[in-house]
Amino acid sequence: MAGFGDAFAQAAGLALGLDGELLGIVGLSLAVSLSATALACLVGLPLGALLAVTRFPGRSAAVAVLNALMGLPPVVVGLSVYLLVSASGPLGPLRLLYTPAAMILAQAILVTPIVAALTRETVAALDAEYDEYLRTLDAGPLFRVGTLLWDGRFALTTAALAGLGRALAEVGAVMIVGGNIAHSTRVMTTAIALETSKGELAMALALGAILVTLSLAVTAAVTGVRLRAEAAAHA
Amino acid sequence: MPEAPDGPRILSFPRHADAAPPRPALEAVRVTRGRRAVLDGLTLRLPGAGVTALMGPNGAGKSLTLRVLAGLIRPETGAVRRTPRETALVFQRPVLLRRSVAGNLDHALRAAGLARRVRRERTEELLALGGLEALQSRPARALSGGEAQRLALVRALAGRPRLLLLDEPTASLDPRATAAIESIVARCAAEGVEVVLVTHDRGQAARLADRVAFLHQGRVAEAGSAARILRHPSSEAAVAYLEGRLLI
Repeated sequence: MAGFGDAFAQAAGLALGLDGELLGIVGLSLAVSLSATALACLVGLPLGALLAVTRFPGRSAAVAVLNALMGLPPVVVGLSVYLLVSASGPLGPLRLLYTPAAMILAQAILVTPIVAALTRETVAALDAEYDEYLRTLDAGPLFRVGTLLWDGRFALTTAALAGLGRALAEVGAVMIVGGNIAHSTRVMTTAIALETSKGELAMALALGAILVTLSLAVTAAVTGVRLRAEAAAHA
Repeated sequence: MPEAPDGPRILSFPRHADAAPPRPALEAVRVTRGRRAVLDGLTLRLPGAGVTALMGPNGAGKSLTLRVLAGLIRPETGAVRRTPRETALVFQRPVLLRRSVAGNLDHALRAAGLARRVRRERTEELLALGGLEALQSRPARALSGGEAQRLALVRALAGRPRLLLLDEPTASLDPRATAAIESIVARCAAEGVEVVLVTHDRGQAARLADRVAFLHQGRVAEAGSAARILRHPSSEAAVAYLEGRLLI
């Protein structure tokens, strides 16, 4: 127990002392996950909105596939992206393997279905409510989608934050395509796995505490956004 | 018809096309729900000006008639004559966007294709018309029932409609809120906007309408001047309805 106690004390020292290595890992984690979430929003928001407002044969199947993709196993995504960016893969010449770019790509693939599916649900509910009014305006489909995305912005922020939470907590995919290289592709989750396997609990605990704090902050932000929307009667 | 009082005008900027369009009309329109004909060969010719009240019992097809006129429902048979971009519909329960009061008006003006500078000016006018200046920054969905309906009504005027369709706009409103809505409707008519108003309120029809079309079982049972139909209806259904008897 004394060992654990020491580890906690050292972890607190690392976290509170703003250890350089620790800050580098946290910074890279945030950069990778925020970039991946932004990329996922760029694709997922319009994709989800279009799925909500358009009617085409096979739409129900497309929605079912999208919902199923929310549970994509990270290691499978990691393996797929590895095959894509490895030297003999189609994106091999870009030399993305073991770079933050490959990690961003892998996390974006994981997060996009989450953002798209939550967007589809939000926009579909709004579309049902606004349908007749928007039709009386005789406005085009782009105007309609723009209206729905803007009016669903608070719920869609929740979708983006849910995606960010998923990206921050993900380990399997970034481990495979990033390689967990110190000062290059080591992020919080892969560092925790490595340090724990080495028995270096102080760094693992410090990073774990920061990761949990970030996750709680994301959850608090989601709740705050929703409460603010409700308070303003926008929800 | 009432004269327009001083204040912001409904149609304060020019229309895209000044030539008068053909008068809106429904000819032998049929709409079915399952096996039941909810509009059963309905013919309604609008005069091109003034206020026409659609009256009749629940299920007569009044709201459906408005939706067909607004282009929201396509009839299975029959003909609809309307000018899409010059027709506006206000629902019984207003659909307000998750934006401020001014944001709702700006959205409708943007849909009408107006430039930002014109939108700002026009928003001010519409706020004044609806008596909503003090509420312009408030979320529209936090408004009271009367305020919400006033917003929906002036928002419908954003696109400079020639034909304004109102589906029981004062249902469940108190007298003060009803008077505010009726005042705007009267101004619309005075400034040349043709109004079709669904109402169960005989007094409201008497106050606002020039003409009454009485609907029963998906058809126009009787149509004519409001003064005549409200006092001396000739169809059996209109007589029963206006005497307060139950029409089944």
